[in-house]
Amino acid sequence: MSKHLLTIIDYGMGNLHSVAKAFEHVADNFQIEVTSDRARIAEADHVVLPGVGAIRDCMAEIRKQGVDTVVAENLSAGKPFLGICVGMQALMKHSDENNGVACLGHFDGAVRQFPKDLTDAHQLPMKVPHMGWNNVEQTVEHPLWHGIVSDSRFYFVHSFYVEPHADYTAGRCQYGPEFAAMIYRDNLFATQFHPEKSHTSGLQLLKNFTRWNGAL
Amino acid sequence: MPLAKRIIPCLDVDQGRVVKGVNFVNIRDAGDPVEVAKRYNEQGADEITMLDITATHEGRGTMLETVSAIAGQVFIPLTVGGGIRTVDDIRAMLNAGADKVSINSAAIFNPDFVKQASERFGAQCIVVAIDAKRVDDHWEIFTHGGRKPTGIDAVGWARKMEAYGAGEILLTSMDRDGVKSGFDLELTRAVADAVTIPVIASGGVGTLEHLAEGINQGHADAVLAASIFHFGEFSIAQAKEHMHSRDIEMRL
Repeated sequence: MSKHLLTIIDYGMGNLHSVAKAFEHVADNFQIEVTSDRARIAEADHVVLPGVGAIRDCMAEIRKQGVDTVVAENLSAGKPFLGICVGMQALMKHSDENNGVACLGHFDGAVRQFPKDLTDAHQLPMKVPHMGWNNVEQTVEHPLWHGIVSDSRFYFVHSFYVEPHADYTAGRCQYGPEFAAMIYRDNLFATQFHPEKSHTSGLQLLKNFTRWNGAL
Repeated sequence: MPLAKRIIPCLDVDQGRVVKGVNFVNIRDAGDPVEVAKRYNEQGADEITMLDITATHEGRGTMLETVSAIAGQVFIPLTVGGGIRTVDDIRAMLNAGADKVSINSAAIFNPDFVKQASERFGAQCIVVAIDAKRVDDHWEIFTHGGRKPTGIDAVGWARKMEAYGAGEILLTSMDRDGVKSGFDLELTRAVADAVTIPVIASGGVGTLEHLAEGINQGHADAVLAASIFHFGEFSIAQAKEHMHSRDIEMRL
């Protein structure tokens, strides 16, 4: 039997090799490809939209390379689709980063900046970016949560966050404000944290993604 | 539950082997970096840092192979430093599987390099390493393994690097490095309180209590240590348990 195909969309933003290596580790029945080839992505069974760096640059590349259309086509085809980090933020309607950037609008929510004057329980200033391992509380049942207990820690690194909303939040986290750590709708799922860097829990989530048919 | 403080074991690598010197001399062999990284990953390390201590041009290919081998088996953040001087150096490390790069002397010779790197790859993957030594009533940056003074004030430099787009500071006390008498807590606190980005304390860990002090008294966001883990004195899990007992939020 031929292998399933999972494509990681390459639009020139950031390090996609970590994501590819993590998928290779958990899914040996999958062929993992990092590609910008639209035809190849159209053939894929599963699609991943990663992203790091500034949203303005990410959105500029997404539009320039037609990734906005690629995302829309693959979503409407009903394929399991995973957004990671800035790849999640790009799915929202708008981001406050870089003086305001219009995003893809697949979710009706905004991306905000962590306030600069946060203090922790010891009254010490909280650092931004939010960098490190934080707990994610699962707010819905979802196939991607299979085998992962609520409040497991995942690895985050970000200075902007997605506003939580009951319509789309699948997991929430708190760092000063509460924010959406995972969002979902139909065959679309996205994480603010980096599952590919989140050890056992992250690898389990990636494995769940490869076993998901996109249905809830 | 708040964000956990991080424990970062550090692998000093020379010609494909983990080594550790005392005050940068007396180097002891501590094993194969891939095996060491896997062991720390299994023990619950929050990240791994690997520094190419000789950073020769010839050794660069070996380093990339090591990074690639670790990244294929260890799924926690990996920072690589030593001899990172150009945008191409960074790209090569990231493509091999590193998540962050640590920039040290190149930042001192050309601060704009940090700005370029941050704009190109994002602040999240740019760590600026600061090697500082106490000089009279302040701390100064030293290069060349602590031998060459630069006249630059460490606290001011940390602020400047934050403004230039560093995502994190790796702060090493050259007075304490390898001597196991604990972090320079005053230095750590001075830098950690001066910037709004995370600070990793490094240099001088000899006991588990030293790790806790780095967080509670030094205000660091993460603690880095090498020799106490390499030679089996303590495991990462023991270190986490101890820090947890000192009311530090940990990923257990």
